[in-house]
Amino acid sequence: MSEMRALLVETARRAMRAPTDRLWSTLEEAGLTRAAIAEAKGGVGSDFGDWVAILRVVGEEALMAPLAETMLASVMLSEAGLDVPTGKLTLAPVTRGALPTLARAGSGWRLSGATRFVPWAREASFITVVAEFDGRLFVARAGIAGNAVTRAENVAGEPRDEVELDALDVAEAAPAPFPREAPFLLGALARAATMAGALDAVRDLTVRYCGERQQFGRPIGKFQAIQQQVAELAAHVAAAGAAVDAAASAAERAPAPFEIAVAKARASEAAGLVAATAHQVHGAMGFTREHRLNLFTRRLWAWREDFGDECFWWSWLGRIVARRGGDGFWPFLASTDKAAQVPFP
Amino acid sequence: MSETLRFPPVELPPEAEALRADVRRFLEDERRSGRFAPSFEGWGGFSPEFSRAMGERGWIGRTWPTAYGGQNRPPIERYVITEETLAAGAPVRAHWVADRQSGPTILRFGTEAQKRTYLPRIARGECFFCIGMSEPDSGSDLASIRTRARKVDGGWEIEGAKIWTSNAHRCHMMILFARTAAKSEDRHAGVSQFLVDLSAPGITVRPIINLADEHDFNEVVFDRVFVPDDHVVGEIGNGWNQVTSELGYERSGPERWLSSYGVLRDLIDAVGTEPDAKEAEALGRLVAHIATLRRMSISVADMLQQGAAPNVEAALVKDLGTTFEQEVPAVARRLVPQERRSAEFAAMLDRTTLWAPAFSIRGGTREMLRGIIARALGLR
Repeated sequence: MSEMRALLVETARRAMRAPTDRLWSTLEEAGLTRAAIAEAKGGVGSDFGDWVAILRVVGEEALMAPLAETMLASVMLSEAGLDVPTGKLTLAPVTRGALPTLARAGSGWRLSGATRFVPWAREASFITVVAEFDGRLFVARAGIAGNAVTRAENVAGEPRDEVELDALDVAEAAPAPFPREAPFLLGALARAATMAGALDAVRDLTVRYCGERQQFGRPIGKFQAIQQQVAELAAHVAAAGAAVDAAASAAERAPAPFEIAVAKARASEAAGLVAATAHQVHGAMGFTREHRLNLFTRRLWAWREDFGDECFWWSWLGRIVARRGGDGFWPFLASTDKAAQVPFP
Repeated sequence: MSETLRFPPVELPPEAEALRADVRRFLEDERRSGRFAPSFEGWGGFSPEFSRAMGERGWIGRTWPTAYGGQNRPPIERYVITEETLAAGAPVRAHWVADRQSGPTILRFGTEAQKRTYLPRIARGECFFCIGMSEPDSGSDLASIRTRARKVDGGWEIEGAKIWTSNAHRCHMMILFARTAAKSEDRHAGVSQFLVDLSAPGITVRPIINLADEHDFNEVVFDRVFVPDDHVVGEIGNGWNQVTSELGYERSGPERWLSSYGVLRDLIDAVGTEPDAKEAEALGRLVAHIATLRRMSISVADMLQQGAAPNVEAALVKDLGTTFEQEVPAVARRLVPQERRSAEFAAMLDRTTLWAPAFSIRGGTREMLRGIIARALGLR
């Protein structure tokens, strides 16, 4: 890691450890909520490496705030030339189903449709919605009114609310300068990055516990049965991290659907394996609400489902590879311009 | 701890990609002219002719100084050559060990005369090496070896036996790991490495047929075999350090995740261009794994290039890689039931199924690798 990036990561970590009542203002003052916009001026991806490094810290710290979501929403807004307000932002998940629709209402706009699994909607001031207007793809920024939100949580207890789009006040809208899949891919990369951070944290907690917990007169980490499991856990953590770093590096140069698909699939698969082993090693202690382990394992379980789970991405990867045939696979795998060779998911 | 076991992304330089195109063209020509069939042997195919052709092109000993027959090119180029030849199923086995391990050991620890004698011949694809480490009673516990080298006038006399020595019956030389001093408290002391000419009097090579019915490994018995002083590699007593310095090369390469590549390639054809949901998911999972392994393997190649000793990272790649290699035939047989297998696919799948147990044993067992990772994490 470069010195500049290490500094950025340290700044991010300090900010994320601010007391709850000052957390969001500290993140904003540290410039983290806008990190993605500044880097993305002139096109998404001027420095994905830094962006992904910050998102890893979000996972390592089990951050209780919509920083990743605010970053994603900010990128979409700034790309579309819309205002990026301060405060917490969120975004309507872009799924493969029908998009919400946007219509003219006097001099303004009106959205219609409902959207589920909106992260942190109850706390966000604005929501970014990719919607269809007149057969074209638009980005809308809408204020969130309390009566439009029905609360729900994911398995980690993070807000994943339902939002009635018709009840929202659309502030502004503009044509989207990116394809429909772009926010989904960017979200998958962001989520894979936070997962890589959470996986690192689970590994570190597990290794520490192995040294602290004594049974039969020695630390449990001295037992080969434990060592073998923890080594395997560490290998999956490293693989997920490597896949995420490779995707960030590829995305810095060109759209990287293949690499992002690999990263989200690898991280989501690792999440289940790593969480299971970590809990086995932690025993009953790790099964309590009080122990920190569940801050990370519950997020890993939940985040697997965001922006395409492993089955979704495996399926997509399997289809693009099958289409190229057996002899076509190696040249494709070893090529450096995969984006030009694959359809978007 | 967040910096432990990281695999930073590495982009291959344009020269390496140009070399890739050359290697691919050559392999295509060789295949077309029938000099090799993309075999189900993976890197098991042994062909002195093919190795000589590789040598002629400067593709063996690529990284070594030109004074010793090398091309003085960066290690990442060797990486490209190895992955391309393996993916094509080319018969690389004859020069494999010398190029990967024995040559670098001689280059690093050998005398000037040893370098001048052996490296150019290896680089030409004319001199093949095997590794004499395991013994009948010493597998994972390498420090417990009993083969002795006793000092005699002008050299050393070897007494003992090595086992599981792949290709000893068709190699010219062995780098032998032997005990040169009695065991002491320091288990890693008193061992040394020797260059042994396998045609020397007193050496008997006995075949051991493996469960795939193939003659790959051997027992090599040493009955008072004389090795001259100038065939000692490095320092007497320093063998343990020398051997462990080879491990980064031995464990991180593409041969640790491409051994069943032929099955994966044929599986893609067997499921066809319009796979159903189950086929697409199972195939896509393998794709996600191999793509990640390749990035990690390149990352380790780059660490080696920077002069680091990524033994733990290499152990990790080998553990994940060989697990993947074993999963490929297991997935393939479930996706393509017997009645849907072509004769070629069945042959490839059957042979890989038979070889699969070896993947996580050879070159360091899974349990040893995980022990190395656990130690790096501070558990041991």
